[in-house]
Amino acid sequence: MTDFTNFGVREIRDGVAAGDFSAREVAESFNTAVEAASELNAFIVTTPEKALEAADAVDAARAKGEVLGSMAGVPIGMKDLFATDGVQTTAASHILEGFIPRYESTVSAKLWEAGCGMLGKLNLDQFAMGSSNETSYFGNVASPWRKEGTNAAMSPGGSSGGSSAAVAARIAPAATGTDTGGSIRQPAAFTGICGIKPTYGRCSRWGVVAFASSLDQAGPMARSVEDCAIMLGAMAGFDPKDSTSLDAPVPDWFGGLDADMRGKRVGIPKEYRMEGTDQAILDSWDKGAEWLRDAGAEIVEVSLPHTKYALPAYYIVAPAEASSNLARYDGVRYGLRDLPEGAGLQDMYAATRAAGFGDEVKRRVMLGTYVLSAGFYDAYYTQAMKVRTLVQRDFDAAFEQCDVILAPTTPTPSFPLNSLNDDPLTMYLNDVFAVPASLAGLPAMSVPATVTEDGLPLGLQIVGRAMDEQGVLNAGLAIEQRAGFTAKPEKWW
Amino acid sequence: MSVTREEVAKIAQLARIKMGEEDLDHLVPEFNNILTWVEQLGEVDTSGVEPMTAVIPQALRLRDDVIDADPKTGGGRQDDVLANAPVAEHGFYGVPKVIE
Repeated sequence: MTDFTNFGVREIRDGVAAGDFSAREVAESFNTAVEAASELNAFIVTTPEKALEAADAVDAARAKGEVLGSMAGVPIGMKDLFATDGVQTTAASHILEGFIPRYESTVSAKLWEAGCGMLGKLNLDQFAMGSSNETSYFGNVASPWRKEGTNAAMSPGGSSGGSSAAVAARIAPAATGTDTGGSIRQPAAFTGICGIKPTYGRCSRWGVVAFASSLDQAGPMARSVEDCAIMLGAMAGFDPKDSTSLDAPVPDWFGGLDADMRGKRVGIPKEYRMEGTDQAILDSWDKGAEWLRDAGAEIVEVSLPHTKYALPAYYIVAPAEASSNLARYDGVRYGLRDLPEGAGLQDMYAATRAAGFGDEVKRRVMLGTYVLSAGFYDAYYTQAMKVRTLVQRDFDAAFEQCDVILAPTTPTPSFPLNSLNDDPLTMYLNDVFAVPASLAGLPAMSVPATVTEDGLPLGLQIVGRAMDEQGVLNAGLAIEQRAGFTAKPEKWW
Repeated sequence: MSVTREEVAKIAQLARIKMGEEDLDHLVPEFNNILTWVEQLGEVDTSGVEPMTAVIPQALRLRDDVIDADPKTGGGRQDDVLANAPVAEHGFYGVPKVIE
């Protein structure tokens, strides 16, 4: 049997369309790889039969000469935050264990329509709250990467850590992610893959388990910019079932890819040169600027004066929205119910939520409850939403001087699992470079740049104007072509 | 500003999360650390700044005033709605007795 696991989205769909191999062969190859990689704990459930079923449908359609979808024959991993009809959907929380949706999220439905098959549901931080994939009820995800000379399990990043681990380990050619404050970009950077969070509203949130609704955005994670462009095209599009869905045409991002940066200005935000950032990260940032200059771009310094305040504002806004969104988990309509002997309704709610939510989820729900409570609302929530306006204005002003912004994705490379658990704040700081674009709803992507001396991947982030995913992808492509990132994790699982 | 153990217990009650004494032991200091850190937002001069209301400017749409305009979000799906309920009885959600 041919091993297809090094193939990406484009190679698979083009090969299937040309008849070089069948979709079934590809699905079988990835199913086998998934099964052999249980040590990574990337999947909460696997669905090899779904992958085969979709592959057979593509092969049959091709045999009949039908027009194939843009991702026909590509098996993917689905982050377990997307509701999938008939397949358990948990958000990696005990409170949703055993929940089997009777409907399909818009984004996953669009991917199946484009010809994808599902390898399984990918592990994540519980309710997407976390930056290391250590808050899942179903166990940590281990990155396929290890520091040279050690066997310590490293973090694949979070919250889309199952997605990043699976794609980096070549057990899935691509996977869905969601990004609330960096949950696509940070794990992509930690594992040497690409990931793009589009403009807020591009991808429907319908059927995606809600964390912070004004920030949540789905996006693709894959090993090349090209594959991300193809997959984002399949995921995006107007959906009347999501009130904040953008009613705008979906451009042909793949067809529009162009790494020629002549005439483009790339902004380097001076406030991102923060204390505590690894020297290797700063060096890779300088390299990134050189690569883009080599591609023809002009490099300009820009200022985003409120950068420092973006992260604390995020940790008011996101928990506030989470406390409201997660009120639905009450032990009545779906999911877990904990009914202590003789308990009334109120006691049942409190017991169910205590048993069902993990520590980080409780922490954020309570923080959100506090900042929204009477007497504190203006001091915390209103002030944070004003700062959010200022963060957005910073970007507006910067984009008068440049077309895209280049920054590191993270302040450090991946770290060993269980090394940052003592202090939630240290963990939060890992998203310091990712959160500003989330607050402003802007498209942003991470592309692999280089590896550190001890062999861990580093990513570079590109942030673009609202609706300019093309500009982001193009700059990403220019970096990808020059970075020559070919490092792969050595197989140990 | 820091919050007391009693205040954290009160927040837990408002959030409908049962908390034992041990939970509070670790949560109270964590909570205060995070609050101290977010309070740096107070340094920002926001006078004359409107709080953000929409991330990407757009008008809220109204759907057509038609019953079951989209069958996925319309009615008539009692079985689907109840399929995941921990307790469903007589076509309703079952809860512990509320009225004595």
